[in-house]
Amino acid sequence: MIELKGVTKRYGTAVALQPTDLTIPAGQTTALIGPSGCGKSTLLRLLMGLLEPSAGSVSFDGTPVNSHTTQELRRRMGYVIQDGGLFPHLTTAENVLLMAKHLHRAPDAMQKRLADLCALTRFPQEGLTRYPVELSGGQRQRVSLMRALMLEPEVLLLDEPLGALDPLVRAGLQTDLKQIFATLKQTVVLVTHDMGEAGYLGDSIVLLSEGAIVQRGTLDDLRDRPATPYVTQFLNAQRSLVQL
Amino acid sequence: MKRASLLLPLLLLLPILTGCASKTIVLGSKKFPESNVLSKIAKRKLEQAGFTVEHKEDLGSTGIVWAALKGGSIAAYPEYTATISQEILKVKGDMSEEAIRAALQKEGIGLGGELGFTDNYGLVMLKSRADALNIHKISDLANHPDLKVGVSHEFLGREDGWKPLATKYGLNVPNTSGIDHSLAYLALKNSQIDLTEAYTTDAEIAEYKLLVLEDDRNYFPKYHAVFVYRLDMPQKAVDALKTLEGTISEDKMIAMNAEAKKTKDYNKAAALYFAGSPNAAMTSSAPEASSPFRVILTLIGQHLALVGSSLFLAILVGVPLGIAASRPGGVSQAILGIVGVIQTIPSLALLALLVPIPFFGISARTAIAALFLYSLLPIVRNTATGLLEIPASLRESAAALGLEPGAQLFKIYLPIASRTILAGIKTSAVINVGTATLAALIGAGGLGQPIIRGISLNDNNTILQGAVPAALLALAVEFGFNLVDRLLIPKGLRLPAPKD
Repeated sequence: MIELKGVTKRYGTAVALQPTDLTIPAGQTTALIGPSGCGKSTLLRLLMGLLEPSAGSVSFDGTPVNSHTTQELRRRMGYVIQDGGLFPHLTTAENVLLMAKHLHRAPDAMQKRLADLCALTRFPQEGLTRYPVELSGGQRQRVSLMRALMLEPEVLLLDEPLGALDPLVRAGLQTDLKQIFATLKQTVVLVTHDMGEAGYLGDSIVLLSEGAIVQRGTLDDLRDRPATPYVTQFLNAQRSLVQL
Repeated sequence: MKRASLLLPLLLLLPILTGCASKTIVLGSKKFPESNVLSKIAKRKLEQAGFTVEHKEDLGSTGIVWAALKGGSIAAYPEYTATISQEILKVKGDMSEEAIRAALQKEGIGLGGELGFTDNYGLVMLKSRADALNIHKISDLANHPDLKVGVSHEFLGREDGWKPLATKYGLNVPNTSGIDHSLAYLALKNSQIDLTEAYTTDAEIAEYKLLVLEDDRNYFPKYHAVFVYRLDMPQKAVDALKTLEGTISEDKMIAMNAEAKKTKDYNKAAALYFAGSPNAAMTSSAPEASSPFRVILTLIGQHLALVGSSLFLAILVGVPLGIAASRPGGVSQAILGIVGVIQTIPSLALLALLVPIPFFGISARTAIAALFLYSLLPIVRNTATGLLEIPASLRESAAALGLEPGAQLFKIYLPIASRTILAGIKTSAVINVGTATLAALIGAGGLGQPIIRGISLNDNNTILQGAVPAALLALAVEFGFNLVDRLLIPKGLRLPAPKD
């Protein structure tokens, strides 16, 4: 689906991402995890063409991602960020429908899709006319998800989408997200710093540290067959109540 | 609806831009009564000679009137010989009329003959007091070191002011103080001071029964009143102005200045010149005799046209400049630097820079251009700030959706920055209402007209006729923009922030 070959990102002399090869498989959820500054968000932005690699290449479904192609390619991707990134001057419906209207999609089909998305994301219909400031944090992320899904993207890219939410709201949304991904058979790339979330939602987990991939595998792979002592160290740092 | 609101300022602009280009003779005069009255007299003389004449009253300063004459916006105006040599030709000391005439000739300007009076600096005392002390000449003052002298701060500091004068006449008057010129006459009358400086044709000289002390050592330069005119003015018009030479005595001028001060009507004052002559009855038509309310309404209309069209242009140019200034790089610094520097140019200097440019001249165009330039900074700065304040996450979201850069700007960034941008436009508009009073300095009308005239006539009523509507207008603009805010700022941005 998405291929990275020798992709490197430098800011001046600082290296954000060391030469990296990575394949994002279709129909699965790939979780990128690691501590702050490990390069996981940089990696996600490189996938979308929001950043240009200093070296190497990114391709999306066979098409190279570069300044000529990103605009078109981004319309085939959905993107959700931590605070939702909703435009404050637009209502929920306007936020969700923005691109569809911009591309002059048929109004009937748009309204149908909007209703379907409300159902899928369990967002109340009456919230469609509200502005972002009138929504709760969890609702905002649901709207952001609806907006990302509106044009039926081939891949969904999520950057810490639940990072700013209360634990209860977060747990509820995690459950909903897992169901939505399964229903849509969606290709997803999820950036998170929470191993529980990565293990729960991710079919495979990519652990990064200091701009390089340390290990890729399932949660079991990482737990039972750690590539380096750092993997175990990172997993153990995420204490669960069960262990306490 | 939106389109119509864009068109309106354009329509207001049209008559100003097209202007009228007929072959009337345009006279100018500076913003003090004597200059205005002299041009009124010349106007009637020229009309009697068969010309159509337009008179631009109360023009800002020597620099502006001179620039207007050289640029061809006006054909002639009354001036003083020493002003020409010192301020225009920048020659120190005395200069003969022949020398002045030759110097002006090179600039395409003609110098008329003396009108018959001088308007110099002079020292004045109450006539009764001077007689009692037996003082007639400045040199007599040397015998009276106990006199109380009150002169304007300007005169106290000038190179041709009090100190060199005291040196030249060997005066030692320890009791010398600075006093506001408009208060000096009152202080004389109440015997708080004995002596002050005056212009020798001030109306107050007759009003307060003052004696102008004879300048027996020729200290003050002589300011002979003359007309200066463009050499391309029709010969017949030059001849008509020539008939004024040697016909206006000092006493006559003082009387006319007093009449102007009393009636606030330069035409009436000028009529004194013609009194007794066979043409006296043929006073000029009185188009200015409409009701004061009408006059103020007209001035408000002119004022709004100036503010509206300059603000419209400033928005048209300022918002794109602000967008450019919100981008990283040196261009941004350059734009903000330049519009900032424009703001520091004093308005008289900016007008004097614009007036000589042929397209501008003495016209509303110049005023609009100046107001436009002064309006830029708040609009440019607020547009740039509003855009820069948009969180990076929103910019990234807009880009991630696959919106083209243009669509990102118009659908996302500008609406989000609208509150800040409108605040800048509002600031510009309110400042503009105040600044637009400067238009009167170049004869472009507006509420500055009564303000300037009132200041030169020392008449508070006239000043208030301009100042009060201008202040009300500023309030109305503020109020009007609050309504515009409700229309243009998206509702989602006006809702109160959620409580956590």
